[in-house]
Amino acid sequence: MLSRTADHLFWMSRYTERAENTARLLDVNYQTSLLPQSAELAQLGWAGLLSISELVPAYQTRHCDITPRQVMEFMVKDESNPSSIISCLRAARENARAVRGSLTTEVWETQNQTWLELNRLLQSGLLERDPGQFFEWVKFRSHLSRGVTVGTMLMDEALHFMRLGTFLERADNTARLVDVKFHAAHGDLLFADGSEKNQQHDFYHWSAILRSVSGFEIYRKVYRDVIHPKRVAELLILRADMPRSLHACLNEVVQNISMVSSDRSLESYRRAGKLCAELEFGRIEEILSNGLHAYLTRFLDRVNEIGLGISQEFLLPC
Amino acid sequence: MHKFDEMYAQLPYLDDAVRPHYRSYLDWLERQDPQTMRDRREEAEMIFRRVGITFAVYGDKDEDGAGTERLIPFDLIPRIIPAHEWASMRKGLVQRVNALNAFLEDVYHEQAILKAGIIPPEQVLRNAQFRPEMMMVDLPNKVYANISGIDIVRAPNAKGEGEYYVLEDNLRVPSGVSYMLEDRKMMMRLFPDLFSQHRVAPVAHYPDLLLETLRASSPSTTDNPTVVVLTPGMYNSAYFEHAFLAQQMGVELVEGQDLFVKEGFVYMRTTRGPKRVDVIYRRVDDDFLDSRVFRPDSTLGCAGLMDVYRAGHVNICNAVGTGIADDKSIYPYVPEMIKFYLGEKPILNNVPTFQCRKKEDLDYTLAHLDQLVVKEVHGAGGYGMLVGPAATRKEIEAFRAVLKAKPDGYISQPTLSLSSCPTYVEQGIAPRHIDLRPFVLSGQIVQMVPGGLTRVALKEGSLVVNSSQGGGTKDTWILEV
Repeated sequence: MLSRTADHLFWMSRYTERAENTARLLDVNYQTSLLPQSAELAQLGWAGLLSISELVPAYQTRHCDITPRQVMEFMVKDESNPSSIISCLRAARENARAVRGSLTTEVWETQNQTWLELNRLLQSGLLERDPGQFFEWVKFRSHLSRGVTVGTMLMDEALHFMRLGTFLERADNTARLVDVKFHAAHGDLLFADGSEKNQQHDFYHWSAILRSVSGFEIYRKVYRDVIHPKRVAELLILRADMPRSLHACLNEVVQNISMVSSDRSLESYRRAGKLCAELEFGRIEEILSNGLHAYLTRFLDRVNEIGLGISQEFLLPC
Repeated sequence: MHKFDEMYAQLPYLDDAVRPHYRSYLDWLERQDPQTMRDRREEAEMIFRRVGITFAVYGDKDEDGAGTERLIPFDLIPRIIPAHEWASMRKGLVQRVNALNAFLEDVYHEQAILKAGIIPPEQVLRNAQFRPEMMMVDLPNKVYANISGIDIVRAPNAKGEGEYYVLEDNLRVPSGVSYMLEDRKMMMRLFPDLFSQHRVAPVAHYPDLLLETLRASSPSTTDNPTVVVLTPGMYNSAYFEHAFLAQQMGVELVEGQDLFVKEGFVYMRTTRGPKRVDVIYRRVDDDFLDSRVFRPDSTLGCAGLMDVYRAGHVNICNAVGTGIADDKSIYPYVPEMIKFYLGEKPILNNVPTFQCRKKEDLDYTLAHLDQLVVKEVHGAGGYGMLVGPAATRKEIEAFRAVLKAKPDGYISQPTLSLSSCPTYVEQGIAPRHIDLRPFVLSGQIVQMVPGGLTRVALKEGSLVVNSSQGGGTKDTWILEV
């Protein structure tokens, strides 16, 4: 297929996934802020949310203090913020429009409908009236977009590049989430003193993280235990059966690159395979002992390198 | 002036004067509840927007955030043509397109028609649309205009009978065929019962015929030529159509940046390396095709493309230089071409045309500006024209000055009383002027689907049907009565 077409498909999926993850973060923070036990956490959360996306400076040029309403506006409908939900969904739709001929009618209409409805919803004031419902809508449009893709697209290169975009973006987003949330709970949290206040704090903090990646019930099911930070980290980094974990994402990345490589030995495939193997055979104790933040920073760099490699080898060849 | 309507034999509307091929449709229409029809109109608009059948308007921004994308208004009442009228129109179209292609082959080779004195040589050779780069280039099947859009109107002849006239030929990058296909799809979706009651000739196989035509136009001997559609990109007003046709044919939609020339062939960049391209269905104007030969600032084409083309290693459809045959200054000679190349009598009429470059024609035009339509010879899209009877005195005087300053640039024609067709407007159903653009495909043979795109001027009394000027479209039925 045309390299440019593959590039548009790849980015269409990345932007859709990014919009979903932003909605997830905003939603969890909004829900957290509704509980008195966790209001303080929520305040930390709004700031953390901006730093996850590396948007603190951009935010500060527009607003002087961090209020939930302003952060939500900035992250949802500020068109000058390239990571806002409206910017992501616009970019997803523009990419889709550029290659609408390579999409099935259903995939294209889903993207187009999402964009048209987003504008209608924002105008109707839904975000201000009921933020939870709005975030739910964004998530479900993303579910729909993925489902209609898998359910209607021919299983050829076009689909593989779209899946690559989805999982590379998800790996990036989950890593950022884990990094910031563990950071917010300051480094020594893993060795917290176990006082009652701290336990309560812990519960809301870690359950918020889990819920933002639809992992709360999964955690209970997998560990059948109270929530321990170490296990949260393990679930989100190493568990191959947790659909938003780094390991699960890298499995998909490797598989999809191998599908489009067709017997060529390519650098992006080698790098992704290596990273994936490390996740497969890694241990959470090992990762934590060397510092989680350092590990995740390195992980983000490597995901970024894989993305660049895919660009050079498939999407924008000279 | 006697008015002509497609549905009624005469106006004002009288029930007993319905033309036979509209009778059954009108019976149906009268049984429909007005509310249902309103709902259907809204449904159509909603679907068109969701499907994204839009065109871009330069420099506009909608309040609803839909950017610069607009819908082309779609009218629910079909334009119906009886099968026997279409049969004769079809013959006329084949004849006309064959003559135009013969003319193009001739002016870029022997120039026999110029030597025979039928067309003054300077009219062709000093025309900006004449491309010397095309001299002596041999094209597959000797076809230049692979896709032709011939604009036809119905109007009264000298005896007051309805007759078809060719208003203009579009041989460069005629557009609109996607609307023809989508309009039919929409009608079948909204009113399936209508199609079970009427024998409407199908049009949905157009992309098949187009692909067959393009494959038959491949220069190479390969059994399986690679066809691509070349678009200027998603911000072009006809982008929807480019994407639509590429998808329907199952071929790649490429932009200039996707193509490159290497060792005498054209390739596209794919995820598995370069792939050779044999036929380019281009929707980019000549001027932008190759920055080494035409506009040096163009990024929409592919540098070096013309060399490959002239060497016969790729075909470009339509050919470079077809503009010389659809130029309005050449249009008056088409009936002569038919006689000269085919030895036949023209089946389709031309509209009588005054060429303002001739003194007597200019004098006549200047004396009758309030009755004539004056058009720029290189113009298109309904821009830069004067419709005398609809213009104010001031507009006429302004145009007079323009015309006097550059008479070579204009032709004039009597204002035809274009036929109208009942159309939904705000106040209900009212007559609006229409035209018809059939799409004629020329590869090894000449083919077309029955009918074409009917465009309708939605403004009351307006004769300009172009979408850029507020025109809409209708489904077109070729009907066995």
